[in-house]
Amino acid sequence: MDWTALFLSLRLAGWTVAILLPVSILAGRWLAFRQFRGKGLVEAIVMLPLVLPPTVFGFYLLVAFGRNSPIGAFWQEAFGHQLVFTFEGLLVASVIFNLSFDIQPAQRGFEAVPVEVREAAACCGMSPWRSLWRVELPLAWPGVLTAMVLTFAHTLGEFGIILMMGGSIPGETKTIAIAIYDRVQGFDMAGAGIMSATLVAISLVTIAATYMLSARVGRRLS
Amino acid sequence: MALEVMARASTPIPLDASFRAEPGELLALVGHSGSGKTTLLRTIAGLWRPETARVTVDGEVWLDTASGVNRPPHRRHVGVVFQNYALFPHMTAAQNVIAAMDPGAPNMRSEAERLLALVNLPGLADRKPAQLSGGQQQRVAVARALARRPQALLLDEPFSAVDRATRERLYDEIIALRAHLKMPVVLVTHDVNEAQLLADRMVVIEKGRVVREGTTAEVMADPEALRAMGIREIAAMLPAIIVEHLDDGLTRLDAATGPLFLPTIEGAPGTRVRVRIMAHEVILARARPEGLSAQNILAGKVTRIVSGTGPGVIVHVAVGGDEILARITRRAADQMRLQAGDAVHAIVKSMAVARDHVARAPARGEAAQ
Repeated sequence: MDWTALFLSLRLAGWTVAILLPVSILAGRWLAFRQFRGKGLVEAIVMLPLVLPPTVFGFYLLVAFGRNSPIGAFWQEAFGHQLVFTFEGLLVASVIFNLSFDIQPAQRGFEAVPVEVREAAACCGMSPWRSLWRVELPLAWPGVLTAMVLTFAHTLGEFGIILMMGGSIPGETKTIAIAIYDRVQGFDMAGAGIMSATLVAISLVTIAATYMLSARVGRRLS
Repeated sequence: MALEVMARASTPIPLDASFRAEPGELLALVGHSGSGKTTLLRTIAGLWRPETARVTVDGEVWLDTASGVNRPPHRRHVGVVFQNYALFPHMTAAQNVIAAMDPGAPNMRSEAERLLALVNLPGLADRKPAQLSGGQQQRVAVARALARRPQALLLDEPFSAVDRATRERLYDEIIALRAHLKMPVVLVTHDVNEAQLLADRMVVIEKGRVVREGTTAEVMADPEALRAMGIREIAAMLPAIIVEHLDDGLTRLDAATGPLFLPTIEGAPGTRVRVRIMAHEVILARARPEGLSAQNILAGKVTRIVSGTGPGVIVHVAVGGDEILARITRRAADQMRLQAGDAVHAIVKSMAVARDHVARAPARGEAAQ
């Protein structure tokens, strides 16, 4: 069992969720409530990582963040090391790639808040900020929670992008999914089996817990 | 101290209307769906901004497109009862009411309970909306709107989502509640009966335009005003007092000129009510008729005969200090040689008065047409 790789994966998943939580709330709410020209295009772009092979996505990120790219050069200048093949690089890639897993469910969550209820909140004197906390989030949070859980579970298991962006540096970019692949390459089927089973267990527990929580909320509101 | 509204727009529906509601007055905006009445209400609340509009309350400018003033809804002290109530489903009745109070206001819980008692909903403060009936939800919505301490109270078809029996009760409750209200109240409805029962003044809206504005009695007697809503809606409100409930299922009431017998009306003897008498259900006779099945014969005097463009005329008949309307054909009026000043008897079938055409009279001192 490669504990370093497991903890690295959990750390990456945790940070990705932490960064994406406010993003999903703001972007999901915006897409749910606003009608604007080009909304379909924005939604399509958000959905794109869902259908692209992760290697393709990883390839573009590698090019975009590499030493010769403006972003990569800026990072090198600012932090003294390059962005690709580091944990920060993985995190940036993970955040971008997970936008689609994240914004979609949050958007559905906010769409479930009836427009009259939001209008009633405003007519009750609630500012948009207060309405978000007192009315919208309490009603939309099953969607937001789903977004977070999907992001977490999905980051744990991500392989293609991490391989492209991170290489396989122990403690820095070698996540559990990469470690499993390495073990299989080294004919350590037993080790790969234990790690795979651990990943399955963690993902299953997280998702099951979400479903049970959501079901309880559903009962409370109906 | 009044609410003044002017709105003009070409989309989403053509709109060119202005009206005014005085403090303590209930103004009904009456029109078909799509006439623009709800859009006008949303303009007052700040949920919609027409191309050109001005909304002032108590001299405060809420919206003025000419000078670029547009207060967002949460900065307007407005109470809104939405058509489907739009209660916050995750909050209890009391929490819904508290949600409309200014944050940090003192004694919020006891104030919420006072308001819930005011709308006849004591003891249900800790129920969620899903655990309340439609009528109870409507009462919570009214309490929530009042908790905002609104400068204008807006009711958007507030009775359309409940059954008829509940609606009759809610009418009486709103009439009773009005004694406590000092702000202008605007009721949007497509139901002319509802408007006549509840409103002091009416604005009839058709295709975004005001076709008639006036006291409820004036508008309800005006065939031109009611052409859009249906000429058969013309009716007068006759005040009466419940005397007794009879064994045969009728209720005996006293009107100014004599007894009225109507199908059972809820209310204890002594209760003051107003009965909506439909003009097309009234028959006029010069002599007091004998051997007639109709139970209600009211002696009165013709004050006015109004003819419109159709084959009918509206005869205004003073009965005591009150007035009822009869819609008869011009031919009949001519044959009877009816003229202002003539003594007539107005005949009303008991069964012609529907149960939801009777409402409590407002508390004394509360003027209502």
